[in-house]
Amino acid sequence: MATLKLEIVTPEARIYSADVDMVTLPGVEGEMGIFPMHVPLMTQVVAGELVARMGGRDYFLAVGEGFVEITGDRVAVMTDMAIKADDIDESKAEEARKRAEARLSEKLSDEETATVQASLMHSLAQLKVKRRQR
Amino acid sequence: MPSTRDIRRRIKSVKNTAQITKAMQMVASAKMRKAQQAALSGRPYAALMNEVLSAVAGNTGDFTNPLMEVRPVKKRAVIIVSTDKGLCGGLNTNLLREVGKFDKDTTVFVTAGRKASQFIARSKRPLAAEFTYRDNPLFSEARAISKFAQDMFLKGEVDRVDVLFSNFINVMTQKPEVRSFLPIGEIKAVEAGLDGEGGGAALVKSTTEYLFEPGAEQLFGNLLPHYLNFQIYQVLLEAKASEHSARMVAMKSATDNAKQMIKDLTLEYNKLRQANITRELLEITSAAMAMG
Repeated sequence: MATLKLEIVTPEARIYSADVDMVTLPGVEGEMGIFPMHVPLMTQVVAGELVARMGGRDYFLAVGEGFVEITGDRVAVMTDMAIKADDIDESKAEEARKRAEARLSEKLSDEETATVQASLMHSLAQLKVKRRQR
Repeated sequence: MPSTRDIRRRIKSVKNTAQITKAMQMVASAKMRKAQQAALSGRPYAALMNEVLSAVAGNTGDFTNPLMEVRPVKKRAVIIVSTDKGLCGGLNTNLLREVGKFDKDTTVFVTAGRKASQFIARSKRPLAAEFTYRDNPLFSEARAISKFAQDMFLKGEVDRVDVLFSNFINVMTQKPEVRSFLPIGEIKAVEAGLDGEGGGAALVKSTTEYLFEPGAEQLFGNLLPHYLNFQIYQVLLEAKASEHSARMVAMKSATDNAKQMIKDLTLEYNKLRQANITRELLEITSAAMAMG
């Protein structure tokens, strides 16, 4: 069976690179599943959960917002953040979420709000992925 | 005339200084390698961004975006990327000298790094915001700076944004450079790595026909902020590499100077010691002769 090469890169590193059977992405227009031989597609992802299916097992990752390039044999994700489910520290993410929410309730300038909102999205995505596993 | 004890004390203190500068040199060179490594690990991201950029740009035709709007420049902003700490030779001095070239009345400054904000405060120039970045810059730090600049530009507070930073040319040379940031002119390929040259090559046209979701234009509009964020991230890495290499060189010459000084002082000490011995011998022999 044909496989897809899934690559996830952030500006800091190449986080993930493997041959997978199927990828589920948090697209801007809803969740989308990608199988091999997909038509070439460029799209955006929002912060959320990315699932890579490999040999009947699902691997979960939390991703930030970014872009995806899909060709018949490759899915390349470029994003601000990507963390494998196993590497997520739940207490840390929870703490980050609380901190971000607390800061949002304060009065902030626009640029601070944007930064805090982004980190909130990131921590929520991480938490979602981590809790799903159980 | 200093006594032998004074000289001995000085030698000891210079030796201590040399030890410290030597250690700082080693630390700086290790950190520089790290910064270079970090810049290189952005390569896959840059490559992918170029692919997306070229695919999208090829499908949008005559696009316009608020971030690309060219307006007459009444007010401009400059992002200065300096170091937090000193002891890196003339790096900050050279960098901040460039600041004087901007008109005080029509320029606001955004700083990253403590030295720049101190300078702006001291010279009583308008400071719009100050950011910090760590020894190994995070992308989120770059994003905060870039976002702030984009907001200022989009709200019409400024009509142009430039970035002033120390460009890493090689270990020996770092050059202050002003790079234009907003409005976005020609979209160039982004590059990761400290090549010393600003701006990449033109985009390579992609051959694959892509579907776009949402439309290509919308995708393009959303891509531009990321393109800018990545540029700032590269600038931060570049500035960090410059800082560490400048510090490494400065500390190396400090160590060399200290070693030379130890040599000179040791020579002086030995001369003085010999002179003392000779004098004592003279005294003893002349006393013996007087007695005899």
